[in-house]
Amino acid sequence: MTAPTSTVVRIIGVDKTFIRDGAAATTALSGISLDVARGEFVSLIGPSGCGKSTLLRVIGDLIAPTAGTVEVNGKAADQARRDRDYGMVFQAPVLFDWRTVEDNVKLPLELMGYDAARRTARAREMLDLVELGDFLKHHPYQLSGGMQQRVAIARALAFEPAILLMDEPFGALDEMTRERMNQEVLRIWEATGTTIVFVTHSIPEAVFLSSRVVVMSARPGRITDVIDVDLERPRGIATREEPRYFELVTAVREALRRGGGGTDSDTVASVDRTAAEGGIA
Amino acid sequence: MTVAAPARPPPAPGSGHPGAAAGPSRWIRRVRWYLPAIMVFAGTLAIWELAIRNVQIQGFPLPAPTEIAAALGENWAAGRWSIGKAAVATLFEALGGLAIGTFAGVVLAGLTARFVTARELLLPLAIGASAVPIIAFAPLMNNWFGVLNPLSKMMIVAVLVFFPVVVNVTRGLTQVEPAALELMRSYAASEWSVLRRVRVPNALPYFFTALKVGTTLSLIGAIVGEYFGGTNDVLGRVIVQSASALRFDVTWAAIIVGAVTGIVFYLAIVALERVVIPWHASVRVGEP
Repeated sequence: MTAPTSTVVRIIGVDKTFIRDGAAATTALSGISLDVARGEFVSLIGPSGCGKSTLLRVIGDLIAPTAGTVEVNGKAADQARRDRDYGMVFQAPVLFDWRTVEDNVKLPLELMGYDAARRTARAREMLDLVELGDFLKHHPYQLSGGMQQRVAIARALAFEPAILLMDEPFGALDEMTRERMNQEVLRIWEATGTTIVFVTHSIPEAVFLSSRVVVMSARPGRITDVIDVDLERPRGIATREEPRYFELVTAVREALRRGGGGTDSDTVASVDRTAAEGGIA
Repeated sequence: MTVAAPARPPPAPGSGHPGAAAGPSRWIRRVRWYLPAIMVFAGTLAIWELAIRNVQIQGFPLPAPTEIAAALGENWAAGRWSIGKAAVATLFEALGGLAIGTFAGVVLAGLTARFVTARELLLPLAIGASAVPIIAFAPLMNNWFGVLNPLSKMMIVAVLVFFPVVVNVTRGLTQVEPAALELMRSYAASEWSVLRRVRVPNALPYFFTALKVGTTLSLIGAIVGEYFGGTNDVLGRVIVQSASALRFDVTWAAIIVGAVTGIVFYLAIVALERVVIPWHASVRVGEP
């Protein structure tokens, strides 16, 4: 892989081993190297237990790698975190019920010392962007799951982070809502020019969204393939019906199979996932 | 005696927006909601009254509701017992003890939540101690803090209230969604900020649970503490002394005043809870 001219994320030789007292160590990540260019949309896909969520957390400095380095904007990951370079979106929206929708979006802005007028302006701008401008004073529990996740995206983008890290953000949504959210996230990505690293276990989602799909496999978690997605942008409903789209879906599926992500190993893999990713909290 | 206050508020009229329903229908719905309970209560009183008047139960002195009401009227502000004044004094002890115990409990919970060592040292003790019948220490407290000093009753109450507060609030401060902590970490939020913006709001519903348990415990603690001695103008002393003087109508009147005080106290906390945490699932109305 040649390094792109403006690299936002540079991962070199990252290993991550979880050690639990008594039990054998679990190798969650082994020899991961990856560059992500500014403005890229990169998906990490793989079977349960392949360490894709772990890799995302290593990039975001939520967990430290056992070996190797992660640089973001030319800085060490922990420095980048302290500089507030990351916007995070998790599978659960993680909104606070005691705050209104607007105040949830303002949360990072409060922490980052924006003054009140800028907080309000920014929160409203972001909520307009995710088309929730009419729900400022609602509380999270009054919104549907898809709307809650859009609030989480608005919150993640509010302070204009250099990179957006998304961990299976639409995994809990139904298929129709998920496709609509995919469209939404592309629109936002195009409008803001943010760099996105996106963890998913859905092949169609990865192909539809990404500029590159990084295919991972389990035991140990490693990158087995990187597939460039050359579908034209802007992408829409028609994209999902193009022959090239289906070719790429097939290519990703075959890459996953070659990597050993077949259904026969799923049970074992999910046990690994529990061991490996349960160790984060 | 235990009196269960309604655990849930009556269902909100309409489904979408609270308070949007028209006034009259809302009140009719409320009356309908409470009507069965009111009827059972009134029926019980009526049967009680009729039974006392018509059936002579030998050696079982139970005054009729009307006699209790009369005793209450006579002894509320004047008379030998002045139940009203006694209730105020007992409530003062209960409130004071609740405040002391809650404050100490919140402080300890803050420490156990912040310091793992404190948690490992103290939390098992607190959980263990909450199973101890603390009321057994009441005579000791009377001895330590002075039997005539209201502080002795307050300390009994404080110790009773302390443990549920510690256990609940610690739980609320520590049992935060892991993803919420990851989110705050991704913002490089300070520990103070995590405490203020995540842990404390998360602990508020737990705090109110402890406080509601505390209202009941505090009146039990105060009244039982008074049984073991103290000034005469408190509910516990009125109950003990009127019973030994065979004035069971007064005893019952004092018990009922104690029960009503407990219910009002509990409802006051419920009302406070609704104001402070209107967003919590146990309180909120108008979900989609």
